Amino acid sequence: MSVVQLQRETSPANAGIGSATSGAGATEPRLRIKDVRLEYSTRGKNVVAIDNISIDVPDNQFAVIVGPSGCGKSSLLYLVAGLAEPTSGEILLGDEEVDGPGPDRGMVFQSYTLFPWLTVRENVEFGLKRRRMPAKQREEIVNRYLNETGLAAFHDAYPKQLSGGMMQRVAIARALANDPKILLMDEPFGALDSQTRNSMQKLLLRVWEENRKTVLFVTHDIDEAILLGDRIYVMTARPGRLKEEIIVPIPRPRSMDMVMDAEFIAVKRRILDLLKNEIKDDEH
Amino acid sequence: MARKRSLIDACLTPKSEVPAGLRYAVSTLTWLVVIGLWSLATYGGFMKDIFLPSPSAVIGAFFRLFEDGTLQQHIWASLQVVVIGFLISSLIAVPLGLLMGTFRVVQAGLEPLVNFIRYLPVTSFVPLFILWIGIGIEQRIMVIFFGTFFQQLVMIADVSRGVSKDLLNASYTLGASRRDALLHVLTPAALPGIVDTLRITMGWAWTYLVVAELVAASSGLGYISMKAMRGFQVDVIFLAIAVIGLLGLFTDTVFRLVRLRLVPWAN
Repeated sequence: MSVVQLQRETSPANAGIGSATSGAGATEPRLRIKDVRLEYSTRGKNVVAIDNISIDVPDNQFAVIVGPSGCGKSSLLYLVAGLAEPTSGEILLGDEEVDGPGPDRGMVFQSYTLFPWLTVRENVEFGLKRRRMPAKQREEIVNRYLNETGLAAFHDAYPKQLSGGMMQRVAIARALANDPKILLMDEPFGALDSQTRNSMQKLLLRVWEENRKTVLFVTHDIDEAILLGDRIYVMTARPGRLKEEIIVPIPRPRSMDMVMDAEFIAVKRRILDLLKNEIKDDEH
Repeated sequence: MARKRSLIDACLTPKSEVPAGLRYAVSTLTWLVVIGLWSLATYGGFMKDIFLPSPSAVIGAFFRLFEDGTLQQHIWASLQVVVIGFLISSLIAVPLGLLMGTFRVVQAGLEPLVNFIRYLPVTSFVPLFILWIGIGIEQRIMVIFFGTFFQQLVMIADVSRGVSKDLLNASYTLGASRRDALLHVLTPAALPGIVDTLRITMGWAWTYLVVAELVAASSGLGYISMKAMRGFQVDVIFLAIAVIGLLGLFTDTVFRLVRLRLVPWAN
């Protein structure tokens, strides 16, 4: 694995924002994935889904994992969420080892996972209720996230009355309202049409600027990865290995227009190169 | 002309909607045809009235039995048996079925036995039940319980197995405990399927009721048909069939209303 910093054209000598890469960074990495390996067997054959991956995600960073389909990037997220167990290696959040799922690692799934029997408000409230938070405090928090995600007008609606994009907004609000230490997002916009996806990316950028929550985001959409991420982990196809860590030198706040910027295109070219080799490798 | 054509088109296009008025008209027409053929066969003298009574004879039987109170008494007897048997069965089958569909251990423990019993015809147990519990109301309740319980168990286990694991996973990442997941995710998610299962098995419970009453009973709608057969009172047999059908229709409507009230979010 190599760490690459694509330099910003505007300040040639400066590597930009990516100062946390050297290991002796200012902040202690919040999420540490150490030598994680995941094997499973199907029809008596042993398959290596994830081959010894190590990733450090510092606090308040937006980290993105990109890779070809079947590279184990979603599996890695499930491991961090504690919904699956690694064959070997360990995952640490702060100083605590991940052992089973918990509210400190909120997750937005690719499939729609809103509780259909609860209204939008009740969905967002779900985690707070499990914690037995008093109703008044609950309402305050829920209102805040409903407003932030533009759902205030729909608080009484049931999920089946919402579009796919709206449902994912509720899922984001539901995860954030729980105030997790890290937000895990598994291709949350993968099932949406491109216009809705763009508006969701815009919304996520805005919400993220406001909260600066540590995020681990999985996608196969390269533009999405660059637009959202502070750092991008490029994964190889099966067995999933980490190929390269790229620090994205694009300043925040970000906007859709930046897709045309030279630095954006430089990062994109780099990732495309990395993945092109992958697809060739995959062919035999 | 154009409008008429499109209406015919709508009728002939698979799964196409047609106006509500047309639907009601066609439904009514079906009944009119059935009753019309029936009237033709009886009033026209094509069928002997000891085999097929005329509509007016059945209505006459209704008033006769209604006025002396026997009809109400037998309806009540039947309802009692079916409701008690169905309730006991449902109260055990719903929680047990949920557990069976959720926990592999419970499934492994119960499924082989349940699937074995499920395929045994209830009717074959009737002699045994009579021997064990006699011919009182308990025996008929037992028949209904035995007929519905194992079916409900398997169907409800299927419903709970069908609840998306993603929903459970999502709840865990929101801090739900296993108990929370069971009570606040799995159960509400399974509720529409549970109500549907109860609605379907209620129909079967009616069938078993009549079986139980035909074989050994001293009251109930099945019993009066049996008695009527011995006395060649075909009009009473028809009346009993019609009442059973109407009661079935009534319970079905009740279940549909319950579903609308209980799980409005599931359509």
